[in-house]
Amino acid sequence: MARQEKISKNLDWITVLLFIVCVVVGWMNIYAAIYNPENPLWIGDPGFFDSNAGKQLVWIGTTVLLIIAILVIDYRFYETTAFFIYGFFIFMLLAVFVVGAEIKGSHSWIRIGSFQIQPAEFAKMATALAVAKYVSTPLVNLSRFKDQFNVALIILVPPILILLSQETGVALVFAGFMILLYREGLPGVYPAALLSVIILFVLSLIYPIWQVFIGIAVLTGLVIWILPRYERKTRNIFLIIGIAFAMGIFVTGVDWAINNVLQEHQRNRIKVLIDPEFDRKKTGYNVRQAKIAIGSGGLLGKGFLQGTQTKFDFVPEQSTDFIFCTVGEEEGFAGSLLVVGLFLGLLLRVIYLAERQKSRFARVYGYGVVSILFFHFLVNIGMTIGLMPVIGIPLPFFSYGGSSLWSFSILLFIFLKIDAHRTQVLSRW
Amino acid sequence: MEEIRKRFIQGFFILIALIYVGRLFYLQVVDETYKLDAENNAIRELVQPAFRGLVYDRNKKLIVSNTVVYDLYVTPKKARVADTLRFCEIFGLTRTEFDSLTHLARIYSPVRPSLMLRQLSRQDYARVQDAMVDYPGFDFKVSALRTYDWKGMANALGYVGEISPERLQKLEDEGDDYYRQGDYVGVTGIERYYEDQLRGEKGIKYMMVNSRGAEKGSFKNGSHDKEPLAGKNLISSIDIELQAYADSLMQHKVGSVVAIEPSTGEVLAMVSAPTYDPSLLSGRTYSKYFQQLNLNPAHPLLNRPPSASYRPGSTFKIIQALVALQMGAISPGTGFGHGGSPINCSHNHPVASDVQRAIQYSCNPYFYQTYKRMIYNNSETNVFKKSAVGLQKWGDMVAKFGIGQSLEIDLPTERKGNLPNVAMYDKMYGGPSKAPLRWKFSNIASNSIGEGELLVSPLKVANVAAIIANRGWYIRPHLVKGVGKVGEVEEKYKEKVSVGIDRRHFDTVIGGMVAAVNNGTVSGDGRMSDIQMCGKTGTSQNRHGENHSIFMAFAPRENPKIAIAVFVENAGSGGAHAAPIASLCIEKYIKRRVDRKAIETKWMNKGYPLNIIRTTTPKTDNSKSTNVKKDSVIQKVDEELFLTTPQSVPLIGAEKPTTIKIPMKPKR
Repeated sequence: MARQEKISKNLDWITVLLFIVCVVVGWMNIYAAIYNPENPLWIGDPGFFDSNAGKQLVWIGTTVLLIIAILVIDYRFYETTAFFIYGFFIFMLLAVFVVGAEIKGSHSWIRIGSFQIQPAEFAKMATALAVAKYVSTPLVNLSRFKDQFNVALIILVPPILILLSQETGVALVFAGFMILLYREGLPGVYPAALLSVIILFVLSLIYPIWQVFIGIAVLTGLVIWILPRYERKTRNIFLIIGIAFAMGIFVTGVDWAINNVLQEHQRNRIKVLIDPEFDRKKTGYNVRQAKIAIGSGGLLGKGFLQGTQTKFDFVPEQSTDFIFCTVGEEEGFAGSLLVVGLFLGLLLRVIYLAERQKSRFARVYGYGVVSILFFHFLVNIGMTIGLMPVIGIPLPFFSYGGSSLWSFSILLFIFLKIDAHRTQVLSRW
Repeated sequence: MEEIRKRFIQGFFILIALIYVGRLFYLQVVDETYKLDAENNAIRELVQPAFRGLVYDRNKKLIVSNTVVYDLYVTPKKARVADTLRFCEIFGLTRTEFDSLTHLARIYSPVRPSLMLRQLSRQDYARVQDAMVDYPGFDFKVSALRTYDWKGMANALGYVGEISPERLQKLEDEGDDYYRQGDYVGVTGIERYYEDQLRGEKGIKYMMVNSRGAEKGSFKNGSHDKEPLAGKNLISSIDIELQAYADSLMQHKVGSVVAIEPSTGEVLAMVSAPTYDPSLLSGRTYSKYFQQLNLNPAHPLLNRPPSASYRPGSTFKIIQALVALQMGAISPGTGFGHGGSPINCSHNHPVASDVQRAIQYSCNPYFYQTYKRMIYNNSETNVFKKSAVGLQKWGDMVAKFGIGQSLEIDLPTERKGNLPNVAMYDKMYGGPSKAPLRWKFSNIASNSIGEGELLVSPLKVANVAAIIANRGWYIRPHLVKGVGKVGEVEEKYKEKVSVGIDRRHFDTVIGGMVAAVNNGTVSGDGRMSDIQMCGKTGTSQNRHGENHSIFMAFAPRENPKIAIAVFVENAGSGGAHAAPIASLCIEKYIKRRVDRKAIETKWMNKGYPLNIIRTTTPKTDNSKSTNVKKDSVIQKVDEELFLTTPQSVPLIGAEKPTTIKIPMKPKR
């Protein structure tokens, strides 16, 4: 142990401040979301700690304890035990199949006394650690197929287990790790392929399959046609046609999967994006009410606790997944801008911190934090404003829920702890 | 390479954030539709009905008012009925009614209140109050019920009821969006005529509701709410005491009394007998009583004064005399004997040596001759053309008395009656191609004594009495002398209408009317020692039964205070039956009391046998149908008359109605 400096001096207080603002503003919005004008509860009122706002206050308190614990533990602990932690949560994910409690149709919770813990939320953090650990192993190169395969294995095992416990939303979050991998040298063709797959997926959902085929054929022809003469070699042309065929096979597969694998409500959630009038009563209802709540906020909002849509329960799940509607309605465009700005600031700050790390493990883990936070931000806010399908994942630090608040705080503060000790690391590169 | 990728990721994040901010700006600042959607979601407009205006009589006595009643609402989700049996007992429901009402409410909405029972009285409300503690989810809302402090004049006042879908549609087409389904609206009478003034302005209350429709308090503390504005009050021209008195005189009888203040055209009383308690058709009891009243053969729902048609009988002789004098067809001293007339007098009387005597004794041949002179008082040589031209001239002058015209009274159901004209007789006698060579004076001679094709309503006859009282002019009769605080009244009820007859001719006929009362056709019961009444009797021929008895009069002779017309169906001659009733009314109005108690009692208790002549179904009426076919014109006139054919049971109040099962056309 070299120099032992005070943690308070090296901790990145800008990030901590952004975190505190997020949690405080988040809690206020939870309070507003569950606020009942006929029975306004405040701290100390009987029943307050049975409400989501009261419970969240307990979660915030415990989170502070957790953060202190994280900051006290030796910073090398996380790197050393990364695979062990990963293994532990894989075990937990398997355990839910045996001892899991069913909540809202998914078997992903473990009940301890009156508390419920969702291991899936923590699996994200564990996976980030494991990926960072693997990628930072000397001689690992993400442009090599063997390493790509191993990383893919580490990333894909948890979401597959999570999918099996009916938590589609959380599983999708792992797609966010593409950002980490891209930064760490994964060839650009992978994110490009992922993007193409998503686009093709959506297209085949909206249009009949034969139209998509025609589209691919026309596109192939165009690409070949605009190819410069010197590039127009047989090899390249075959490559392009090969890709087109692969697309065709993929679309056929998607078409089959849509009709046979996806469940009705999952199909509808994507269709409703394209056609807001679709299925107005059920799937469309959430999206429509979310947009009404946000859209009625105006420039400056209706004021704290003044949102009619918020108070009178027009938006379902408003203290959890749709918490952003409260911001939009009561604080208006100004508040929305603040929240989007907070997240962008946090993401860019963490990128900045990650880039200044000497240790590769620390940097990769930092990008893991960025990847997870960004995916949640992208999907959660996107779904409330009708730009993303409705996927039930929380807005970090804002949404009500102990597991999510704990897991995001642990995720962030492990990185901040490592960052605080960055000068003590002897670079291995 | 890594630097570029870092930049690329940062750029991607910023791009996404910008897209989201742009989208948020569009949703929240640019697009206004979501604000409207949010209001539609969370704010519900509650319409607050306005209290209808009240109706006072001319002496500021309250006739029509509103009583506070309580409607029972149920909110199914909150409702807990531990003891259904007791609940049903409290509200007088059967178990099946209770089940169907709560079922309907649940279908409408589990969280919104549904109307369960209408119009519980204050007493009922007080009675159930204590018990309601045991039944959460049931609420009372205050509403208004039209209430009548006097039991008479039901038809002229009219009633209010739920607006019919047809009328709702019609008003919406006209651009009147005041009403919603289930709203109350004036259906007949002055309630209908003055609907726009009486209804007031509805208030609006903005309530916030949650996603399940349950109310959550007022929106912005009610700063956008609008209080309902009560309707304007009406000051009626009716003297309710006179009205009640006339009502009592007309019990056990079928007919009409119309009294008018000649100087103003204000209607003082308008009796349509038989009458009924107007509160029967107000509120909950409507459905129970409406059909009973509607099917009653005496047609209590027909407002006889403006809507029934009778032949005017001898009362028309006054108009004949006035028109003839004005035309110069006769002079005040012209006399005619009984000879040469196909129409004779049924009674013996001294020779009608002048106009006054002719009126005094109501001499039929005299007016036959007079009418003949009027019709032939022109230069045409062909007798048919002469008749046509004469009828036209005569008709123009008679029309000024309102005969065959609308008097534009403020009631929705006024009938014009009939003043025969050339076109009508042309049609009757074979159509325009053959006329005018098919009819001449002898065909229309019945008109001379107010029979034939003439049809008038009691209101018109009362108006004629007012014209004579005023010596030549009238103000259109009306039932409302002031609307609202300032007491405004329509312009047409201020304007004097002249009938185009010189004043001196009135003095001539009034002399005859005085003589008729004092020493002529009017019986002793119709004379008053202290008030000089000027009157004319009439007997309206009725081929289906006893003649209708008619009397028109005004009093006193100078500065008349009241003009009156009394019609008693199937009572016989006018002088013997209608005149005493008219005289009692006049005495009551002028002296505010009646001294002739014996006569009063006699006429109050008098009743006339009622004969139901015909129903609209031919099956019950085979004997008549052949008869009717022969004379289709007469049949048409008869159908007008038939309206007023009487029935025996008096209908004052709501005695159990007679259940005589005779199909009737509902005539109102």
